[in-house]
Amino acid sequence: MYVAVKGGEAAIANAHRLLARTRRGDVDVPELAVAQIREQMALLVDRVMTEGSLHDPDLAALALKQSRGDLIEAVFLVRAYRTTLPRFGASEPVETGAMTLHRRISATYKDLPGGQVLGPTFDYTHRLIDFALAAEGEAPVAAESEPLPDAAHAPRVTDLLGNDGLIEPSAPDDGTPPGDLTREPLDFPADRALRLQALARGDEGFVLALGYSTQRGYGRTHPFVGEIRVGSVAVEFVPEELGFPVPLGEVALTECQMVNQFHGSAEVPPQFTRGYGLAFGQSERKAMAMALVDRALRAEELGEPVGAPAQDQEFVLAHCDALQATGFVEHLKLPHYVDFQAELELVRRLRAEHAARRAAPETEMKEAAE
Amino acid sequence: MSAASPETGYNFAYLDEGTKRMIRRAILKAIAIPGYQVPFASREMPMPYGWGTGGVQVTAAILGRADVLKVIDQGSDDTTNAVSIRAFFARTADVAVTTRTREATVIQTRHRIPEAPLHEGQVLVYQVPIPEPLRFLEPRETETRQLHALAEYGLMHVKLYEDIARHGHIATTYAYPVEVAGRYVMDPSPTPKFDNPKMDDSPALQLFGAGREKRIYAVPPYTRVRSLDFEDHPFRVQRFDRPCALCGAEGVYLDEVLLDDAGERMFVCSDTDHCEERRAEGHVGEEAAHA
Amino acid sequence: MARGSMLARGFADPVHDAQGVFRAVMDALARPGTIRPLVPVLAPPAPLTAELAAVALALADSDAALWLDAALARSQAVTDFLRFHTGARITEDPAEAAFALISDAAACPDFGAFAQGTPAYPDRSATLVLAVSDLSDRAGWRLDGPGIRGSARLAASPLPSDVLDRLARNHAGFPQGIDLIFAAAGRLAALPRSTRVATGD
Repeated sequence: MYVAVKGGEAAIANAHRLLARTRRGDVDVPELAVAQIREQMALLVDRVMTEGSLHDPDLAALALKQSRGDLIEAVFLVRAYRTTLPRFGASEPVETGAMTLHRRISATYKDLPGGQVLGPTFDYTHRLIDFALAAEGEAPVAAESEPLPDAAHAPRVTDLLGNDGLIEPSAPDDGTPPGDLTREPLDFPADRALRLQALARGDEGFVLALGYSTQRGYGRTHPFVGEIRVGSVAVEFVPEELGFPVPLGEVALTECQMVNQFHGSAEVPPQFTRGYGLAFGQSERKAMAMALVDRALRAEELGEPVGAPAQDQEFVLAHCDALQATGFVEHLKLPHYVDFQAELELVRRLRAEHAARRAAPETEMKEAAE
Repeated sequence: MSAASPETGYNFAYLDEGTKRMIRRAILKAIAIPGYQVPFASREMPMPYGWGTGGVQVTAAILGRADVLKVIDQGSDDTTNAVSIRAFFARTADVAVTTRTREATVIQTRHRIPEAPLHEGQVLVYQVPIPEPLRFLEPRETETRQLHALAEYGLMHVKLYEDIARHGHIATTYAYPVEVAGRYVMDPSPTPKFDNPKMDDSPALQLFGAGREKRIYAVPPYTRVRSLDFEDHPFRVQRFDRPCALCGAEGVYLDEVLLDDAGERMFVCSDTDHCEERRAEGHVGEEAAHA
Repeated sequence: MARGSMLARGFADPVHDAQGVFRAVMDALARPGTIRPLVPVLAPPAPLTAELAAVALALADSDAALWLDAALARSQAVTDFLRFHTGARITEDPAEAAFALISDAAACPDFGAFAQGTPAYPDRSATLVLAVSDLSDRAGWRLDGPGIRGSARLAASPLPSDVLDRLARNHAGFPQGIDLIFAAAGRLAALPRSTRVATGD
């Protein structure tokens, strides 16, 4: 016998309890400390901070613990928390040229002032499972750390190109504060600052696939990695009452400057153009993919034909956010039975009419369709 | 400025006051321009996009201590997401909650309009997934915005007419487009078209919130809401050929409930409050009579 | 804060007072011609009325600029009060304002001076808040349109002598235009651009 469904409240409470237990897993296995996640899952923490738009390694690590390692769920926790934080103002722009470098590579020059610094990278590792790590308690190998270049002597590659006028200059700072994607509704066409914000927050997988598509001819940009630099920069803030910048601390960043070909136009001589990527922590894949898509999205501004998905800002910006995408995809599991009933009724009626038409003589067909 | 509750650590109704003001300004313009979608800076809420973040933000922006809140999903107060949203407001705003349509001052809904007539002073807040009625005909926002500016709705009529040519009927059964106050074509949210007539000339204020798509729109009370149709194919709502099995109500929207794997089924009110109230008044449906 | 202590107080309960004012404005706009009570909880410096101040404090902030009519703009006490309690920019250009506060309603500038919105974004338009001494829903203009069951009446004064023409032009520009809030002592009414206004006789 049908019983009117009551008990949604109890079901939710039970689900939450079950989730808590499942999250903990086997209690005979020691619980993960947030600090362990922060230190040993650092690249995951960096990604959560980047897509969560909040630099707080401990919070990102905690979010990963709470979310059972579900990356998008962790980003969600961080973003929802970020929304509630009061804002005291905007920092001064960070100076990546003065970064304390942990890693710095350029694909456009064999050697350059400041040198190539490999730093901690998977690039030349052989991807062989290291079973020694499974034995736990491994003694870390004392690494000979490479000499870190003096920031003053590691100028940005794009600045070196810029000195010769070979690359387009960065748009001059006209003092207008950039828009804020999280405080204003997005309006198309969106300017580059807003596009970069969206890409920085965008899902790494989605941005990666779009960047890849430009390499395969869907909006080709002839990219060269001018430079990738990973390191920490000082964040400064100018309090109203002081009128001069005071340091707030440091954040770790990955910056990618992509150098792209451009043939010039009637007004502009041939020169290289820029694609830019910036992410928290060590997030090279994200910064590179972002730089590719940033350049692709500048097609219209540079007078290039627009047609590929990566060049279409409405398409890219409306779909790059993992939280929006996952929310809308996953909402399909919410009850939709009212609408489904409406469709059922229609399909049954159409089927009945279809059957009647097939059974009825030709002359009655029109009537049946009414 | 903050009135953070010591229990939750968050402001009354969760949103900070600046966010509420921003949403309130959008609501006022939405009311002044019925059916027009006002862009707003939708915030990241502690529940997923698609779960009603737009409706929740609208409700949070209008809710006051004197309000009585009802939340329904699929017509029911007890579906999991309705329970979850009601609990969210009970916790962050400490407002009175009810399942009774007539007692509520604010009703947040997903996919249904209550069967009981609404009255003046009530606000119905709809959760909206895709606010743009033209979106599936034209995916670009820059284009659809232009079409609304020009009141150019030929595309929609072509779509509906193609349905007729193909199926002999307009094959849109929910989220059936409406024209508001003779100007804007509007998405009524994915309510079944059965509910469209209830939007017309309603004594209640109807507010629509789309969080992911960052739009708010409104239909003031006593406003003409016309479902798009053609002279030779007038708008018609679904009709069920039987009454509710529990309360015997006719002319209401019914849920089909499968009883076994032999195709046995029963039809019961989608609006659970309406059904309960009728049964309390002594109305009895077929199944209830046998039970 | 030293400066704040010399100013008249803002809302005693910022969260719930603002919500109450907003709901009164929302209800008034949703039902043009109906008069909503607005319990005055502010004592702003003259000539800013408690009702004008309440609407400003409830809805203006750093994202929604205020324009003040000459009588208000002249008073340092008024501009200090509004700046301190709303954080809103006070603009001299009426076209930049989200809200215009008009204490001398009979001298209200032409509606065209304020932001009308664009065909694509008609919401980017101003709301005018006018202080009136008389407000009645039993006489005056005849209103019809969204939010009105059949027709409604509204009388507000003092207003410019050509206000009916202005309201007609404003409505004719729909969906662009401005929206009006009339605030008298302890109550308010509203006329959105969607309302058609005709003479009452």
